[in-house]
Amino acid sequence: MGAAIITNLPALLVAVPLLLAPVSALLHSASLAWMLTLIGAGSSFIAALMLQSITENGVRISYHLGNWEPPWGIEFVVDSATSLTLVVMTGLGFIATLAARRLVSSEINDKDSGKFYAAWMLVSGGLFGLVMTADAFNLFVFLEISALASAILIGMGAGTDRRALVAGFHYLVIGAVGATFYVIGVGFIYAMTGTLNMGDMAARIPEAGGGAVLHVGFGFMVAGMLVKAAIFPVHIWLPAAYSYAPSAVSTLLAAIATKAALYVLARIVFTIFGGVPEIADIALSNVIVPLAIGGIFIGTVMAIYEADIKKMFAHSSVAQIGYIALGLGLTTPAGVSASFIHIANHALIKGGIFMAIGGFVAALGARANLDSITGIGRRMPITATAFLICGLSLAGLPLTAGFISKLYLVRAVLETESYLILALVLISSALSIVYLWKIMEVMWMQPAPVRSPKLAENPAIYLPLWIVAFGNIWFGIDASWLVAAARSAATALLGGGV
Amino acid sequence: MIEQLAGSWNHIIVVILMMIGLFLVIARTNLIKKLVGLSVFQTSVFIFYISLGKVAGGTAPILDGNPDTLYSNPLPHVLILTAIVVGVATTALGLALILRINEAFGSIEEDEIIEAKARESLPRPKRPTGEAAE
Repeated sequence: MGAAIITNLPALLVAVPLLLAPVSALLHSASLAWMLTLIGAGSSFIAALMLQSITENGVRISYHLGNWEPPWGIEFVVDSATSLTLVVMTGLGFIATLAARRLVSSEINDKDSGKFYAAWMLVSGGLFGLVMTADAFNLFVFLEISALASAILIGMGAGTDRRALVAGFHYLVIGAVGATFYVIGVGFIYAMTGTLNMGDMAARIPEAGGGAVLHVGFGFMVAGMLVKAAIFPVHIWLPAAYSYAPSAVSTLLAAIATKAALYVLARIVFTIFGGVPEIADIALSNVIVPLAIGGIFIGTVMAIYEADIKKMFAHSSVAQIGYIALGLGLTTPAGVSASFIHIANHALIKGGIFMAIGGFVAALGARANLDSITGIGRRMPITATAFLICGLSLAGLPLTAGFISKLYLVRAVLETESYLILALVLISSALSIVYLWKIMEVMWMQPAPVRSPKLAENPAIYLPLWIVAFGNIWFGIDASWLVAAARSAATALLGGGV
Repeated sequence: MIEQLAGSWNHIIVVILMMIGLFLVIARTNLIKKLVGLSVFQTSVFIFYISLGKVAGGTAPILDGNPDTLYSNPLPHVLILTAIVVGVATTALGLALILRINEAFGSIEEDEIIEAKARESLPRPKRPTGEAAE
């Protein structure tokens, strides 16, 4: 029994959330639905940790769905890169679920909660499948499962802000166009190679002998993923989606959604097209790197001019996604492992920040902007301190996780001797301190408005938040586990073969 | 030149449909028309896949026991069956969102929605947020 579960872990990781989702949709009790989701999220986390312990030394698990041998059947592949991404996603997903109970009950009607958690599990299950699948078309299906469910979750923010509906609609349309672009690309590659299995594709693409079709197919696949990963200039859906979605949803999406798309982007470029560096490397250094740097600056500058706190950090996410994409664009092992380190750390940072903002919003009963959070450091000290820690981590202060990310990214850039990029990275880091300072100044240094009582803080929100904040400090002091895992992830990705 | 175009007329139709769809998605402000554009765009990709699977002279891929029969490739058709389901789900969800947008804003024209007093929120759920509200 135990052995059967372990051999079927990759399938269970997707099947459990997808099967629990309809059950949750039928439940009328918000608490029961939440418990069910928590069990699903917790078991996913355990499954991901087990997969990580199996694959950390370079073992590669190939799981054949329904026992159909690839390339005929659908294959799930878990190597050290996959399992690291999964651990980050399931871990943050679990903590976000812990915090969701309170955040959701303050923003979503009780009778809708069952359906809310159903969509929540569909997003998680879809994203886990997206990361594991080694079938190019199956990837599209998972992409759409998670995208449709995300659009529902974003639209559910309408209970507190009707703009959420428009944000959800835009996300749906832009996401569907992106996913369709990806499908066009897969069609071209399928026409060239006659296979949908990524490993098979990778083996046959060099033999297919270049040509325009290959370039076009590659371009469409990458363009589709750029939309999903919210890389500048196709990031426009992200700020509205994150800022009008319910707080719990912002936490979940910021921590796990774009990370999965970035990972798939890396898979496409390094695995499927790893055999034709003349296509992949040019795309990375001439397209992804400039776009990443554009995103870093646009995101940071937009964040500086934003007064709404959630939107500010949504813009900042665009910038942080830029750092991750920049690491991938360097194509060196150091760059790719810096990317993975930042995927993990950014999930910790933004997960914590959006959770804390959710706490502010729940206590204030209004949107958090620079006015309404004036002096909140004294009104909600426990939440605000955790927010401060995550904020410092975002700025990259030593002894926080963000510092480790910046350190490895800068080292990787130095290795390639591209000093222009290095200068731009350092300038943008300095700029990010501007908006963080703006918030911290308002929160901690300005007095709260007169006659504003101390706000009650809810342990159901601040305990998960502090777990994340503690994670930010832990991975800032002892990053050895993360760095080792990221190195072996980079080796698995760049070493060729799915 | 003409012959070359005639030989790939399926691709030409696909490209025309694709451009019409994409143009509608980008240029229309009416949300329903945007969604129509999205459907046209997706359908063009479906046709692209289906025409990929056609083998010249091939028949429907149903085994008839004769080893010399030439079959068309059934795989792209199966893929598109899945993609059609996804497309239907996308359209349905989009329409549902448009209904809610119309209830909330009284319009489905994008420019009017943007103009609408976006700051006015809908009422929050009745249940207090626990002790935090005080």
